Amino acid sequence: MTDIAPSAATGAAFDSAPLRRSPAMALLRRGLRHGGLVTGSVILLVIVGLALAAPLVAPHDPYAQDLSRRMIPPIWNAKGNWDFLLGTDKLGRDYLSRLLYGARISLLIGAVTVLISGTIGTLLGVCAGYFGGRVDAVLSYIVTTRLALPVVLVALASAALVGSSLQGVIIVLGLLLWDRFAVVTRSATQQIAGSDYIAAAKAIGCSTPRLILTEVLPNILNPLIVVATLEMAHAILLEAALSFLGLGVQPPLPSWGLMIAEGKQYMFFSPWVIAIPAVALVLLVLAINLVGDGLRDVTAPENRN
Amino acid sequence: MALLEVQDLVIDIPTDSGVLHAVSGLSFSLERGETLAIVGESGSGKSLTSLALMNLLPRRAQRRATRIAFDGIDLQSISAGGMRKLRGNRMAMIFQEPMTSLNPSYTIGNQLMEALTCHRKVSQTEARDRAIYLLEKVGITAADRRLSQYPHQLSGGLRQRVMIAMALMCGPDLIIADEPTTALDVTIQAQILHLLADLQKEFGMAVILVTHDLGVVARVADKVGVMYAGRLVESGTARSVFKHPRHPYTRGLLDCIPVPGRTVPGMPLGAIRGQVPNLIGKLEGCAFRNRCDFAMDACAQTIPLACPEPDHVVRCVRVPMLEASA
Amino acid sequence: MLAFTLRRLVVAFCVAITVSVIAFALLHLSGDLATAIAGPEASPAQVAELRHQYGLDRPMTVQYLDWLWRALHLDFGNSFYFRDSVVSLIASRMPVTLTLGAISLVISLVIAVPLGILAAVFRGTLIDRLALTFCVLGQAIPTFCLGLGLIIVFAVNLRWLPVSGTASWQGYILPSVALGWYAVPAVMRLSRNGMLEVLSADYIRTARAKGLSPAVVVLKHALRNAIIPVVALAAVQFGFMLGGSIVVEAVFSMHGIGHLAWEAIARKDFPVVQAVVLILAAIYITLTFLADIINALLDPRMRVA
Repeated sequence: MTDIAPSAATGAAFDSAPLRRSPAMALLRRGLRHGGLVTGSVILLVIVGLALAAPLVAPHDPYAQDLSRRMIPPIWNAKGNWDFLLGTDKLGRDYLSRLLYGARISLLIGAVTVLISGTIGTLLGVCAGYFGGRVDAVLSYIVTTRLALPVVLVALASAALVGSSLQGVIIVLGLLLWDRFAVVTRSATQQIAGSDYIAAAKAIGCSTPRLILTEVLPNILNPLIVVATLEMAHAILLEAALSFLGLGVQPPLPSWGLMIAEGKQYMFFSPWVIAIPAVALVLLVLAINLVGDGLRDVTAPENRN
Repeated sequence: MALLEVQDLVIDIPTDSGVLHAVSGLSFSLERGETLAIVGESGSGKSLTSLALMNLLPRRAQRRATRIAFDGIDLQSISAGGMRKLRGNRMAMIFQEPMTSLNPSYTIGNQLMEALTCHRKVSQTEARDRAIYLLEKVGITAADRRLSQYPHQLSGGLRQRVMIAMALMCGPDLIIADEPTTALDVTIQAQILHLLADLQKEFGMAVILVTHDLGVVARVADKVGVMYAGRLVESGTARSVFKHPRHPYTRGLLDCIPVPGRTVPGMPLGAIRGQVPNLIGKLEGCAFRNRCDFAMDACAQTIPLACPEPDHVVRCVRVPMLEASA
Repeated sequence: MLAFTLRRLVVAFCVAITVSVIAFALLHLSGDLATAIAGPEASPAQVAELRHQYGLDRPMTVQYLDWLWRALHLDFGNSFYFRDSVVSLIASRMPVTLTLGAISLVISLVIAVPLGILAAVFRGTLIDRLALTFCVLGQAIPTFCLGLGLIIVFAVNLRWLPVSGTASWQGYILPSVALGWYAVPAVMRLSRNGMLEVLSADYIRTARAKGLSPAVVVLKHALRNAIIPVVALAAVQFGFMLGGSIVVEAVFSMHGIGHLAWEAIARKDFPVVQAVVLILAAIYITLTFLADIINALLDPRMRVA
């Protein structure tokens, strides 16, 4: 029996492994495939664009009152007027202009609140997740206490104390809505606290604050951004509820919640007065939620190759 | 007529980078009362084969075959309801992970009795009696007390015995054991395998034993099938395959097993160089050729089945040449 | 099990104390109470007299302990505005809110849990997509908008249900739907995720291998394990609903404690607000405590042989 000698030629490779794309490109590709993310982003960009361009785009001054032109219906109604595309409110102010300026208020509140609550929550959460032990126990105690306070109620009470104004609302909401940030950043930090690169950074003598800034934060950015978008929507909804109840932003500011409250008495005869800001509110919150959910889906580890 | 006939079983799994050909063209048959051992390393497709027989493949996997027949019944054209009537009843399966294969929220007794009552019209007492009988048969003492226990109160070895008892509740013709001992302690492994062999002798059912442990196979199997990269590279009676292994992979596997008395202490243990190829995309010719010391150009074409002895088939181009020159 | 319960009880107690401190601080943050009660025309002597009368000249800790002691005896003093004891005010309004909360919870569970199960079982199909869309929309519609919308559609246009009030049981339907709506996405997501996780478990594969029908596999084997976190969430959501009922009660003019708190805040009637915050917080803390215990009880791994 002769053994056939091994041949180098047939030790060839088979199908090579699939081409590796850069992670950023892969993420973008996945993002573009995600229907919800794309839809939400488009709507959000349109709203943000309109809000930023409000001074240029709005046909009238949102505060200009003219009682001779009050309660004009929008143009799709027979009695509509092309000067006022979305009609006017009870004080004769142009609804479209108020809607556009209202978008600025909602977005401003959403963004600044998230900045404040995000900073507080992330700080607390990262410390709890990184240091563990007693620090963690203290944090979960604080979070439980915060959750035990009925939010709407305390927000109302604080707004009444601090005074109903745009700044007041932002501060109160910012100081209250940090809990989800804390919870999410805590678990994200816990997951990476035991990683080798953290240990390596510690080994080369990296100081703790620096370590948290340079090693921990960049790696918990994904869930953090997702929570930030969802909390932004939450803040916007909460402000609308507060303004609706009369303890948020005060007139004559065109907050959408306030517009709905002001229009409530006319809702049976002129439903557009509450329908228009309501639709705007729903669209904005929907867009933000779609973006947040989409980001979560696209950056979730399960979707990594 | 054979109890189980499989011809050209193919299992494909679509992935983002292409179609993964997990199993390509598997054929074997099994008679009543026989034990077939399917041997292979991780990723060889042996577990998927066992799941395919029971039609329990994950959703994304696609199963095709020229023929899959159980006792004459075509398993490909059978309805979902018909398949459910066979599962647990005439074909039963034992899985690899006893720790997670039982529902933690229900008692052992509940899960055992359910296996019987869903197929037969029996009273609760009869089901309970059968459960106790089988628990004792698998070597669990104080069986009637065990019935009211929850899975987390039993050790891994005991849970696997319960799984075996559960598979036997309806008196199946075929038991498929997918690596039943891999997750257990070494000392328990032998016990479980002996138990399976004893039960098989007593109840006369056919057994397909899927395993990566060759040492186990020799003692319990009537037939052996060696799988590599989703193909059956060698199969035949256990005696024939172990005494005269023909395929270089089989030989390599057997060489890896240290034998007390024969393996020289201090010598390096046998190993097969290289790695299993990527199963995504078309794969021509022999899948083993990048690791084979005897590979030649002919290995890149479709390999015909060679039959050096009756009941012994090998998928290797060398075999006919070796036989001719012998 | 006992140790677990005791630990949870201690935490609950500490949280309750902290909440009481916050509730107490709410009152005293708003400036000099004596002046507020006396009114702008009062002379300094009258203010000092009032201060002494209400015990506001004692040290803070003494005032707090005195308040806490009385609170434990359910004596919250008298409302500034209603001239009635706070306890009787709350007691008369509580049943409305509790009924509202209970019906809302039932409605949300009845919608959310089956929807979540269906979405999990038919994952990736149209049913799943519809359920998720429903979920996303649900989170985007503010409660007060939904409430107003329901009134316009069902009470005004279709005239099926009354606009407001608690005179008959029909009066509870629209508000319960509006309140329960907000909990549906969270519960649905949790049921769906829990179900998906359970359905991929090994013991489900075993159940299928035994030849059990899909209905039995899902409803007997899977549900039992998937429902565990939902029960805890339901308890917590009930707590949120009680706290968030303020908006719904305002929209539907229902005289529950949410409405009471709203009126009290507008009138700076702080004894009432304090008491409501404390009571709602106590209920929430009790509910989360019970939820933890239920969770532990339902998980069979915590049962002793």
